[in-house]
Amino acid sequence: MASTTHNPDVNYLNEFKGIGSWFTSLDHKRIGLLYMVSIFFFFLLGGIFALLIRLELFSPGAQFLTPDQYNQVMTYHGAIMVFMVIVPGIPAILGNFFLPLQIGAKDVAFPRLNLASWYVFMTGALIAMSTLFLGKVDTGWTFYTPYSIKTGTAATIMVLAAFVMGMSSILTGLNFIVTTHKLRAPGMTMHRIPLFCWALYSTAILQVLATPVLAITLLLIAVERATGVGIFDPALGGDPVLFQHFFWFYSHPAVYIMILPAMGVVSEVIAAFSRKTIFGYTAIAYSSLGIAAVSFFVWGHHMFVSGQSEIAGVVFSFLTMLVGVPTAIKMFNWLATLYKGNISFESPMLFALGFLFLFAIGGVTGIMLAVLATDVHFHDTYFVVAHFHYVMVGGTLMAVMGGIYYWIPKMFGRMYNESLARLTFIFIFIGFNVTFFPQFVLGAMGMPRRYFDYIPAYESLNKISTMGSWLIGIGFFLSLYVIISAIRSGAKASANPWGAKTLEWQTSSPPPHFNFETEPVVTAGPYEYK
Amino acid sequence: MSTNSHSHGGGHVAHHFRDAEHQFDSGKQGIWLFMVTEILMFGGLFVGYAIFHSLYPKMFAEGASHLDWRMGSLNTLVLIVSSYTMAMSIHHLQKGESNKAFTKLWITVVCGAIFMVIKAFEYSSKFQHGLLPGHLLDVAKTHAEHANLGMYYGFYFCMTGLHGLHVLIGMGLIIWLAIRTKRGEFGPDYFLPVEGVGIFWHIVDLIWIFLFPLLYLVG
Repeated sequence: MASTTHNPDVNYLNEFKGIGSWFTSLDHKRIGLLYMVSIFFFFLLGGIFALLIRLELFSPGAQFLTPDQYNQVMTYHGAIMVFMVIVPGIPAILGNFFLPLQIGAKDVAFPRLNLASWYVFMTGALIAMSTLFLGKVDTGWTFYTPYSIKTGTAATIMVLAAFVMGMSSILTGLNFIVTTHKLRAPGMTMHRIPLFCWALYSTAILQVLATPVLAITLLLIAVERATGVGIFDPALGGDPVLFQHFFWFYSHPAVYIMILPAMGVVSEVIAAFSRKTIFGYTAIAYSSLGIAAVSFFVWGHHMFVSGQSEIAGVVFSFLTMLVGVPTAIKMFNWLATLYKGNISFESPMLFALGFLFLFAIGGVTGIMLAVLATDVHFHDTYFVVAHFHYVMVGGTLMAVMGGIYYWIPKMFGRMYNESLARLTFIFIFIGFNVTFFPQFVLGAMGMPRRYFDYIPAYESLNKISTMGSWLIGIGFFLSLYVIISAIRSGAKASANPWGAKTLEWQTSSPPPHFNFETEPVVTAGPYEYK
Repeated sequence: MSTNSHSHGGGHVAHHFRDAEHQFDSGKQGIWLFMVTEILMFGGLFVGYAIFHSLYPKMFAEGASHLDWRMGSLNTLVLIVSSYTMAMSIHHLQKGESNKAFTKLWITVVCGAIFMVIKAFEYSSKFQHGLLPGHLLDVAKTHAEHANLGMYYGFYFCMTGLHGLHVLIGMGLIIWLAIRTKRGEFGPDYFLPVEGVGIFWHIVDLIWIFLFPLLYLVG
């Protein structure tokens, strides 16, 4: 039927050769892999900083870091993990690769812009890394004023780096919105796109609407540092809480930029490994949009103890609990999908089930923090640290790992080593709980976050937590080995090794340069298992 | 469907679009989304302005009294004219009159330049009188009644500076459009870049329409 016969051995990986063909490629699949390599590298870096933090906290008193060095290590761990790993993570790697494939498109709407956003991202990342040699930053990733204005470190360069990376995030989001609206294959209605695409679409809306506010806030910090305008400086009639409002107006939606795509991955994996039509497609799809919408009205819960008015506190407390509704809708629909499914426990599914377990804990402790009365006690303690790591690591990173194992056969046409991959899950899942569950207890006991030291009463739980971090470290290093050896020497994968129903599995593995031999025509929903 | 030809009709359609209209719609949606981000970015400054204006109305009035509303009005007029010529250039391209479009694009650029020159005069007079943001404000020269007058000039320079940067970027883009128009790359079937930059230019103009009364006339 096609005028040119397709050679099945030619695919997007080998059609063009040479390193230059990667750095100039407009192919969304190759750009996804560019992001994958860079983000894996930054993840390694941020992970090393995390291990250093835990090592320093192994015992009370100074171990091998000075308090100043500890503040820097903590700042780099946060900034790298947020701006360079979790925010871009799933959309830029898996989204770039699979959004066009799942909706039956040949590419994203603006391929050149897509490549440009990788270059913008890398520029921002390199600027951020340059601060390591230009006077290190110790503000924490949140850049709270007035300290961020007064610190003598390279904070100006760091905020400009975050500004540049934000621009990349905006461009990716913009590209995905237009792709979803305009490039769906014939018959692929909005109510037939896979739930991963719904999640990416909701995320993209947040990226486009929230990031510009962060951009101007960061610019104002730079201006403030250069000229002392005083907008955020109480000594000059300014208001430091205003900074927190501006900052969290972006950064709370950003939390959902981090978790929504993960929820999308989980929807795909659970449907595929239950071999069952997903329960409540419409509810899951619209709850993504619901979370995105509510996320713009909850930022004030970061300022419960910052001197915000009590009425504002009460309103934000209520609105924050509202997020629990669409989130619970998703959880129950996933559970209902599992019910009477034909479940098998390959590693992607293990990570997805791990996600359900850990995200449930992260979500419920989130409600505890949303309640004003309890938050006054928990605020700025390790309880909060444990809570958001349960969501960001237990949620998002579990989904990243599950998603990568799920899609490796499609991305590289090769299978990974299943038993080793299951072993990585065991290490990461157990290590994660050993690391972070004690922190809930520490927080409830009153151990404050961000400090480089603690009283001896907290020692045993901190020791357990540090040992857990080693397990996580082993788990992720092992994962890296599993992924690399799959790419280098894995067994050949068929087009659809999991028997999944979404469109990306209907083309060959790895896909050809233009994704599909002939433009797919869609006649049914994404999860029509019989 | 040729992807490299510069001829009208059918040319310029990237491989992943069905046809020229499909590409035009997608491009335009992308541009509008980008405009949303621009407005939100300026939005942060407008919110900051609103909060501090309500806290220190007299300080803001003192700051505004040092600005010359005649210069501001003239600049408003110049930008409105430029928006008109920008819109006309698209109108001409749609009718196939690319020579007229070329002229209109250049008039737009010249208007942008006039705006920037007037802005430069205003800035240099502020510099001379020590009316600068934050601690750069020269208290000896200004005899400021309000100690934090530097905050007003912080807003003034941030808002007009960010806006001016957008005008410069817009001028660059319009020059690029004019060159491509001269080469005959645009016509009734393909003028998406002109339409896109046009939308950008109108938004930049619109932001000035809000900046002018807020900074020059309030108080």
